[in-house]
Amino acid sequence: MAQAEAQDHGLHGHAEPAQAMAHAEGQQHPIKLYLVVWGWLFILSACSYAVDYFEVQGYLRWGLILTFMMLKAGLIVAVFMHMAWERLALVYVIIVPPLVILVFVAIMVIESRYTEVIRALSFGVGP
Amino acid sequence: MTESTLGHADHAAPRPGGARGLVADWSSDQRAFKNVSWGKAMMWIFLLSDTFVFGCFLLAYMTARMSTTVPWPNPAEVFALHVGGTDVPLLLIAIMTFVLISSSGTMAMAVNFGYRRDRKKTAILMLLTAALGATFVGMQALEWTKLITEGVRPWGNPWGAAQFGSSFFMITGFHGTHVTIGVIFLLIIARKVWRGDYDVGARGFFTSRRGQYESVEIMGLYWHFVDLVWVFIFAFFYLW
Repeated sequence: MAQAEAQDHGLHGHAEPAQAMAHAEGQQHPIKLYLVVWGWLFILSACSYAVDYFEVQGYLRWGLILTFMMLKAGLIVAVFMHMAWERLALVYVIIVPPLVILVFVAIMVIESRYTEVIRALSFGVGP
Repeated sequence: MTESTLGHADHAAPRPGGARGLVADWSSDQRAFKNVSWGKAMMWIFLLSDTFVFGCFLLAYMTARMSTTVPWPNPAEVFALHVGGTDVPLLLIAIMTFVLISSSGTMAMAVNFGYRRDRKKTAILMLLTAALGATFVGMQALEWTKLITEGVRPWGNPWGAAQFGSSFFMITGFHGTHVTIGVIFLLIIARKVWRGDYDVGARGFFTSRRGQYESVEIMGLYWHFVDLVWVFIFAFFYLW
C-alpha cells in the first residue's frame, strides 16, 4: 500500500506524458460504439417528439417523456462522458448529490399546492 | 473496469474494484480519484455545481407552473412553426435537439481520435462540433425573435400565465450562454490541437503547463453536459 502510494506521488510529480499514455489506454473505445449510441439518441429523441406530435395525454404522456429523458441522459453520461468506465469513487461523487434535488422537488410540490389553494381562496379563481 | 484500474500507475498492484474499491479509494491519507487527473476531476465537480444551478431553474419553473391559477400556455402551440399550410408543433425545437445531439456525437469521436493522436481528424471534428453548436445558438436566437415579436415578455404574454415568459427566457437563455461559452472553448482547444501543441508539449499561454490530449476529453465533458441539460429542458419545458 505504502509502495503504491509512493509511486502514486512519484508519478504525480514529473511523469505527465506517462499519465497521458495511461489515459490513452484507459479510454479507448471503438468508434462504432459512439455511432450506435448516437443512433439511439436520435431514435429516443424522435420517440419523445412523437409523444407530443401524436398528442398522447395524461400519465402515459408523462411516463413516456420521463422514460425517454432518463434513457437519453443515461446514454450520454455513461458512454459519451465515459462514466461507465470510471471508478465507483468518482461515479458516486457525481451521481449521488443530484439525487438530493428530488427531495427539493418533493418540498416544492407541497409548497406550490399550498400556494395554489391560498390563491384560489383569496382571489376566488378556481384551479 | 480492471483495465482502467491500472490507468494511473501501471506498475502498481491492481486495486480492488466495486464497493471494496470505493471504500479503499476514499480511506486513509491519499488521493481519492485514482486514475483521474486533477483537471478532469475539477471539470466533473464544476459540472456537478452546474447541475444544481439548472436544477434550481427547473424547480423554480415547476413551482411557478404548479402554483399559478391562470392556465399555462400550451408549448406545442406556442412553439409551432407554420409549414406548408399547417402548424407543425415544436418543429424548430426538434431540429435544435437533433443538431445538439449530433454535435455531441462528433465531440465524442473527436475525443476518441485525440487519444489516438490523430491531430487532423480531432481538430476537424471539434470544428464541426463548434459549427453545430453555433447553429444551435442561431436557431435559438430565431426562436427568441419569433416569441418576442409575438409579444412574450418576462412579465407577461398573450396566452396565459405571466411566469411563462420569465421561465422561458431564464432557462433557455442560461442554456444558450453555456452553448456559446462551449463554442468559444471548443475553438480554443481545436486551435491547440491543430497546431500540434499536445504532440510537442507546448506550454499553455495562461498556465505555462504542458497540455495533453486529455484536454480534449475535459472539453468533451463540458460539451456533453450542455447536451444533457438540453435533454431535461426539452422534456420539462417543451414537452410537459
